Amino acid sequence: MADAIAGVARTQVTVTVNGQERSGNVEPRTLLVHFLRDDLGLTGTHVGCDTSQCGACVVTVDGVTTKSCTKLAVQADGCSIETIEGLADGTNYHPIQDAFWEKHGLQCGYCTPGMIMSAKALLERNPDPSEAEIRHELEGNLCRCTGYQNIVKSVQYAAEKMRGAG
Amino acid sequence: MFPTSFEYHRATSVAEAVAMLGEHPDAKILAGGHSLIPAMKLRLAAPAMLVDLTRVAELKGVTLGDGVATIGAMTTYDELRFAEGIADAFPAIPEAINVIGDQQVRAHGTIGGALAHNDPAADLTAVFLALGGRVEVAGSSGPRTIDGEDLFVDLWTTSLEPDDIITRVILPLAADGARSAYRKHAHPASGYAVVGVAVAIEAAGGVVSKASIVVTGATSKPTHAAAAEAALAGKAFDADSLAAAVSIAADGLEINGDPYASEEYRSQLIKVLTRRALEAAMSR
Repeated sequence: MADAIAGVARTQVTVTVNGQERSGNVEPRTLLVHFLRDDLGLTGTHVGCDTSQCGACVVTVDGVTTKSCTKLAVQADGCSIETIEGLADGTNYHPIQDAFWEKHGLQCGYCTPGMIMSAKALLERNPDPSEAEIRHELEGNLCRCTGYQNIVKSVQYAAEKMRGAG
Repeated sequence: MFPTSFEYHRATSVAEAVAMLGEHPDAKILAGGHSLIPAMKLRLAAPAMLVDLTRVAELKGVTLGDGVATIGAMTTYDELRFAEGIADAFPAIPEAINVIGDQQVRAHGTIGGALAHNDPAADLTAVFLALGGRVEVAGSSGPRTIDGEDLFVDLWTTSLEPDDIITRVILPLAADGARSAYRKHAHPASGYAVVGVAVAIEAAGGVVSKASIVVTGATSKPTHAAAAEAALAGKAFDADSLAAAVSIAADGLEINGDPYASEEYRSQLIKVLTRRALEAAMSR
């Protein structure tokens, strides 16, 4: 339990990130995204709007799609977290990463980590989504470059590959 | 952006959480956090302590039986809409949850949090009221039940005491099966309801024995469209009674206007969405 001096008390947080156990000391007010980026050096998770709108910071926490700017690091204590850095196997991209490459699902790339993590959560729940379902499920991820067309195509392409139909 | 400093306490039971709230008058409950944490980051809220309920197992889960659905207050929107029997008994629930926020909100937001927060543009508050729900509450004065009609007081204000915790949400199973629906006009930027309308109709033998029509987004709290309800009561549930109810759906309501949607526009939306929701209910 934190001591009585507000603002300086720190709590130990231990999480499993991309299969590796990592720990840090954080203030209760530390957001998960800052813990990942600043304490653990995992800067693939981006900070976009910082107001829970844009989805650049999406990771999964115990498999649940999560805007990491809207979760406290202390809330994730003991949880298993997956970030964009956990997807590729060495130099082999995850099928969703491949799909974003193949179908040109990005331009500047800033939204891409969150977009891919949201797409992954979607495809784990629904391996064969319709175009409307993809657009609806990705509403929490904003892209200012692509107009979304190629992002939707990328997710459709990834779904096909992951179902083994391609 | 980050919140002002606070102490964090992860509760493991309702009793422990109630005790913490009693000892710390400046504490707030952390449920799904998707309203509270953004408000804290904007410094609109600065509680001295958060009591986190997300790992209190006794607050989770959905059961149907004895004429009611019993929903643990920390059941997330996703858990609720996919829970066995919910979509069949209350079609309005998955309809409303499907248009709440975005997928991350649906994955984290909780029904207890939504009701306790009472955002004037929330979706589930209206559905809860239309379905005739009540909440079970734990607090320093012991457990009690609050009827939905007595829960919502005003903008972001409920009849809950500061150390009260909603533990369960109880929804009566309708006698005449599943005749509920929810329709919404979402704000294009925020996704919140500019207007939302939840309806629950009981019409055994084709005659309306109970009509509940609740408006959100347009009013300071979820509010019955009483004129439209009265127009349907005792009538055959058909196109004529529906049209009569729709034409007076906004009558008697205190409707708010803002730069995005005027009072007049919201009045019109109430009628349109009441019609769509009633037509959806009628088709079930």
